[in-house]
Amino acid sequence: MSVGIIMLVHTAFNRAEDVARHWARGGCPVVIHVDNAVPRAHFEDLRQRLADFPDVLFSKRHRCEWGTWGLVAATQDAAELLLKSFKDVRHVYLASGACLPLRPVEELTSYLAERPRTDFIESATTADVPWTVGGLEHERFTLHFPFSWRNSRFLFDKFVELQRRVGYKRHIPKGITPHMGSQWWCLTRQTLSAILDDPERPRHDAYFKHVWIPDESYFQTLARLYSTQVESRSLTLSKFDFQGKPHIFYDDHLQLLRRSDCFVARKIWPHADRLYNAFLTDPNRVMSRQEPNPGKIDRIFAKAVDRRTRGRPGLYMQSRYPNEGWENGVTAGKYSVFQGFSELFVCFEQWLARATAAQVHGHLYAPKRAEFTSGQTLINGALSDNAALRDANPKAFLTNLVWNTRGERQCFQYGPYDNPKILSPMSRDPNAQISVISGAWAVPLFKSNSNFSDIRAEAARLQKIESRMLDILRSPEIKARIRIWSMAEFIENPMEPLQIIIDEIGQKSLRRLAEAPTLEDLTGFGQFLQNLKNQGMHPYLMGDFPVDPSPRNTRSGGRKPYLVKK
Amino acid sequence: MGAWQSYSLRLQRRRWRIRAFRKRRDLRPIANRTDQIRPSDLLLFSTQRNEGIRLPWFLKYYRDMGVNHFFFVDNDSSDGSLDYLARQADVSVWTTRQSYKRSRFGVDWMNWLLMKYGHDHWCLTVDPDELFLYPFCDTRPLRALTDWLDASSIKSFSAMLLDMYPKGPLDQHPYTAGQNPLEVTSWFDAGNYTIRKNPKLGNLWIQGGPRARMFFADQPELAPALNKVPLVRWDRRYAYVSSTHNLLPRGLNQVYDEWGGEKASGALLHTKFLATFTEKAAEEVDRRQHYGASREYIAYAEGVKENPDLWCKWSEKYINWRQLEILGIMSKGNWA
Repeated sequence: MSVGIIMLVHTAFNRAEDVARHWARGGCPVVIHVDNAVPRAHFEDLRQRLADFPDVLFSKRHRCEWGTWGLVAATQDAAELLLKSFKDVRHVYLASGACLPLRPVEELTSYLAERPRTDFIESATTADVPWTVGGLEHERFTLHFPFSWRNSRFLFDKFVELQRRVGYKRHIPKGITPHMGSQWWCLTRQTLSAILDDPERPRHDAYFKHVWIPDESYFQTLARLYSTQVESRSLTLSKFDFQGKPHIFYDDHLQLLRRSDCFVARKIWPHADRLYNAFLTDPNRVMSRQEPNPGKIDRIFAKAVDRRTRGRPGLYMQSRYPNEGWENGVTAGKYSVFQGFSELFVCFEQWLARATAAQVHGHLYAPKRAEFTSGQTLINGALSDNAALRDANPKAFLTNLVWNTRGERQCFQYGPYDNPKILSPMSRDPNAQISVISGAWAVPLFKSNSNFSDIRAEAARLQKIESRMLDILRSPEIKARIRIWSMAEFIENPMEPLQIIIDEIGQKSLRRLAEAPTLEDLTGFGQFLQNLKNQGMHPYLMGDFPVDPSPRNTRSGGRKPYLVKK
Repeated sequence: MGAWQSYSLRLQRRRWRIRAFRKRRDLRPIANRTDQIRPSDLLLFSTQRNEGIRLPWFLKYYRDMGVNHFFFVDNDSSDGSLDYLARQADVSVWTTRQSYKRSRFGVDWMNWLLMKYGHDHWCLTVDPDELFLYPFCDTRPLRALTDWLDASSIKSFSAMLLDMYPKGPLDQHPYTAGQNPLEVTSWFDAGNYTIRKNPKLGNLWIQGGPRARMFFADQPELAPALNKVPLVRWDRRYAYVSSTHNLLPRGLNQVYDEWGGEKASGALLHTKFLATFTEKAAEEVDRRQHYGASREYIAYAEGVKENPDLWCKWSEKYINWRQLEILGIMSKGNWA
């Protein structure tokens, strides 16, 4: 009892020849089908070179265009020839010229000999397959496809559309339930001959001739009618990418293929000399005798498809430049933006760094330069603090910074002095945590030593800018985590909001804050605001401050930090 | 894209092709070995001027990669590099004394050679100081990539220019012919590149790196473009527009994914900043033959006078393509 091999070949004939010799040496008869589009000279050449093997035959040639009936017709003829010429063949294995046997032939024969009644053919009903490309699942069995998908896609699509519109449906022959699956199968003589000798075969063939991609459904459907035991998987390791074309194996996949324990892999790059040498000429490999286990390969190729379709979040580069809304993450990681905090608290940045272990920058969008942490002029990725470079593309500056520091939370200060162009992109970024104490810009003005008329003008300007900023942060399309307090609201009870923000940053255990940041001394701030009002400027963003400070704020030694206990 | 814009781009493409055809008269063949070329050969096209010191490594690098035939236009070299090239068995070389500037910085010459010899071949168009990298280039030859691109119906392949520099002042590290220039210029900037889209031709416009950081910090919009499409399955109807930054028809510039995914891409390691650079910059300023009134070289010459150190503590040392992949400078896409 042996295994017969059908090889469908259309290119890379020297490799096909190597593989055919390998099968034949292992005692497997081979029937080769060469695409009719191949020049006669090449065909004759291949035939000559394999003439020394009596068990290698060539079947009648058909034109095998992808997705057409020719492939099935070729397989049928080859199978008939194989079953007729080699009476002791029990299993027939369908392979292509780019298939490479990974395990010794004896292992395959003994594996199949132990399972004499099993048909290995991937076969699933159309409702259950997620992998069809082009959206034609059940319809490939109910429509007509006179135009080539490869060469005249436009007509193909239009004709499908037309049939859908007029509600045309082909009749599926009685007794047939369409199934689909990998075109590379291994069937028993019983099942295969039942399909080929079926009195209904002309009817089946007539129907499948007009099905789209019949090589993925003809045998898969009919095997279900006759097989006593279908094992719905392919013995051929074959992975497909997101466009439905097979992944190709190269020399550097050698170890991966060795460990896969699959019997046959496709598709192999014809110039992968190391693979062909390793698997075809090395008979002393460790006999593995294991069930095929392509898990690792699955993972690698699944990752590749994911890379191609979803990409790395927050990365903008030469071959990934997503349209707005398609970024799959505007930035590469979460970050926090603080507005008004460093104005209201003494040494807020140092405190924040201690409380969170995040990287805390100053005003990254300050007019003069990007104030990177600890006064650096360059930071991860050689990102420069130069304001002109930054402002030439403010969004890229942010996405670069977050990408370059992946794994380390970034925090920075922001305010009405800073480049306003970055606010809108940030507000649409789900990774941003933006906390604003509105009106806190008045504190440095209050502390400053300028003429009051200048202060008044500056206050009016900053208030206008911040008010516009708040409009952006309150617009309906924001996606960032945004919190806004007026200054008066915030200093009522500063620790609770701080605790929430720090918890959300969540890098340092669940410990509550041990140390509160020190508030700037605000004695007289109410009067300062009143003075602005008296000058005709109405400061409203900071909320209501009484002119006379309340008694609890007047204790000497400054305000005692207030810690919330749970 | 409207019909009018489409038509005007078609006209523009025709103009570049006619221009390339006219500029063919600039070129005088010194060694024409194009009869050796077989239909499936991988071709490389380059313009050079006094790059003799770089050529031995350049040729070795690309021969090892699997390039079958080299095309050079020699722009009036005086260092013997023309003779050197003419002696190579797999090189065809033309020479010209015409203006580099008036051939649109060599693009017309390249377009002509591509049109004449590149049709239906995979063609790599690079400068002598550019080393091409692609995913798996350490284990798979260039043909593996082009076969995969063919199978995926992809016609053009992007490779961003990555400026490499030494640690310490430029003139501190001598370079000898035949040496791997990456031994000297082994550092690069990993993450300061900014991207905009060119709405007309559809290409991305990438700027950044050490040149933007050191020489163009005051005028970032003038910093050199780093986007390149050096590897193209050429057709005689195609034309490079501005260096290899973009080409027509514009569909070839669509080397990036806009729906969140990553297409496969490579890198061009730009080993411009060898010790020879100081001299070169001074010479190029005198010649005034470079892009944008040689603005770039004027900026360099000024910068280079102080003998700058492009290196900083955040510079990355080059290891291999996988490192660039992890850093997000290039991508495997769905090639695995």
